[in-house]
Amino acid sequence: MNVLTAPFHYPFMLRALLAALSVGMLCSAMGTYVVLRRLAFIGDGIAHASFAGIVIAYMRGANYYMGAAVVAVLTALGIGFVHRRGRISMDTSIGVLFTGAFALGVFLMSRQSNYAVDLQSFLFGDILAVQASDLAIVIGLAIVVAIALAVLYRGLLYTTFDPVVAEAGGIPAGAYEYALLVLVALTVIIGIQSVGIVLVAALLVTPAAAAYQLTHRFAPMFALSTFFGAISSIGGLYLSYYARGSSGATIVLFTTVLFFLALGIRSVRQSAARRTVHVSSPVLSK
Amino acid sequence: MTPAVHARDLVIRYGDFVALDRATFDLAYGESLGVVGPNGSGKSTLLKAIAGLVPAADGELHVLGVDPRRVEPGSIAYVPQVESVDWTFPATVWDVVSMGRFPRLRFWHGFGVADRAAVQRALDLVKMGSLARRHIAELSGGQQQRVFVARALAQEPKLLLLDEPTTGVDAATEYALREVVRDLVNRGLPVIMATHDLDTVEQWFDRLMVLDRRLLAIGTPRDVVASGAYASIREHTHVHGHLRLDHEPHETHALHPEIHP
Repeated sequence: MNVLTAPFHYPFMLRALLAALSVGMLCSAMGTYVVLRRLAFIGDGIAHASFAGIVIAYMRGANYYMGAAVVAVLTALGIGFVHRRGRISMDTSIGVLFTGAFALGVFLMSRQSNYAVDLQSFLFGDILAVQASDLAIVIGLAIVVAIALAVLYRGLLYTTFDPVVAEAGGIPAGAYEYALLVLVALTVIIGIQSVGIVLVAALLVTPAAAAYQLTHRFAPMFALSTFFGAISSIGGLYLSYYARGSSGATIVLFTTVLFFLALGIRSVRQSAARRTVHVSSPVLSK
Repeated sequence: MTPAVHARDLVIRYGDFVALDRATFDLAYGESLGVVGPNGSGKSTLLKAIAGLVPAADGELHVLGVDPRRVEPGSIAYVPQVESVDWTFPATVWDVVSMGRFPRLRFWHGFGVADRAAVQRALDLVKMGSLARRHIAELSGGQQQRVFVARALAQEPKLLLLDEPTTGVDAATEYALREVVRDLVNRGLPVIMATHDLDTVEQWFDRLMVLDRRLLAIGTPRDVVASGAYASIREHTHVHGHLRLDHEPHETHALHPEIHP
């Protein structure tokens, strides 16, 4: 029992746990839509784009996360606009916008002679450094996004499966697409603090991809993905504590292991189903 | 009485390309209208314009008495071709048909008893009740088509649009779908359906429209088929490898009512 409670004798570990749980559950819940809409690239894209916001915030002496959030949301809206108006695929739109925003960040940074932001923490995250004020922002944003997901649930589901028919029925597929992109942007910003820009994309994709292996209904996939996000956060944090490794990387490694376990379970199930069909088929004799 | 659909000199463009040029027609409540024409003739475009998915570039289009984009949510049910969605999506037959109820529900409304009853009724009508719990990837093409029709029926629409729902389905499924649609029409629902199947148009429709990027003929199925309007454009496409660009009506068209020059 001591093994379970020992890490949380330190207040920073308790804050890290709450932040990881919020981020893990939120990213993986949102990931259900990201995976089903084939937008695996978007987490990585928006995360990189937000770098420009961090640099701009640094230049203006503003809060880095606020800067990142503003640029991330603008990039998300821009991705939707370019996709719809430019008649290009969403992936192409993401590629155009995120590289542009990221390049803007690099350009602005290159003009700063005394740039001192700890980029390492934004790229790879440092969940153990989460302060009480950061935690409040993370939990607050997580609650806002979770409420939005609940309110938009049916519309997001229908427009994810069949946007054309949903639109014909009176559900504004375009508005839902923009709303989803903004929610993804906010989720990415929340995730950057804990797992960093490089790894946030994994939490948006891997838990949902794992859940997809185990169910053929949306609601259980949504619930399973959120559950996988939660246990990855908790498990990864414990592992990082005892293995003395990077917490962000350990959380993502944990979820990757979960994915392959789910893939294995699916393969075993399929083999069993095939055997059942084979056995129940009559054997014709000459 | 205001028609369910009223189009006057309707023009639809995709950029510079004119997909439908100056189409004029009305659809009454309790009437079924078939739309035939070769690939690229504007059948799907017309359905999408009526559904409010594609804007009119010129002319008038009123659906259920208003602009198509101002129609009350849940009023128009559109049945697309089955290739339009990813059938590996995590959903059962019941889940997909349930989506038909979503346009009618505000976010604070639960999926209630009346909604479940509407879904069950729709499934029973297309004879898919026994497959309600099956994953949609495990369905045949004809069963997938019936799921789409059931979703539209569960919506309890005021206008039904079907885009080639009988393509690739067996005769029994085609017959079952036709019975369902005819029953709805008899109960006052207006229906527009794009089809390639000229052999059954008399059983399906009260009126038939021939499109070739403009409206070439409209009238009873018997008259329109007899006019040769469709046969002539089909032959032209076959011989020349492209759609008619002159749009001059075939001589025989003039023998029949509502043949459009």
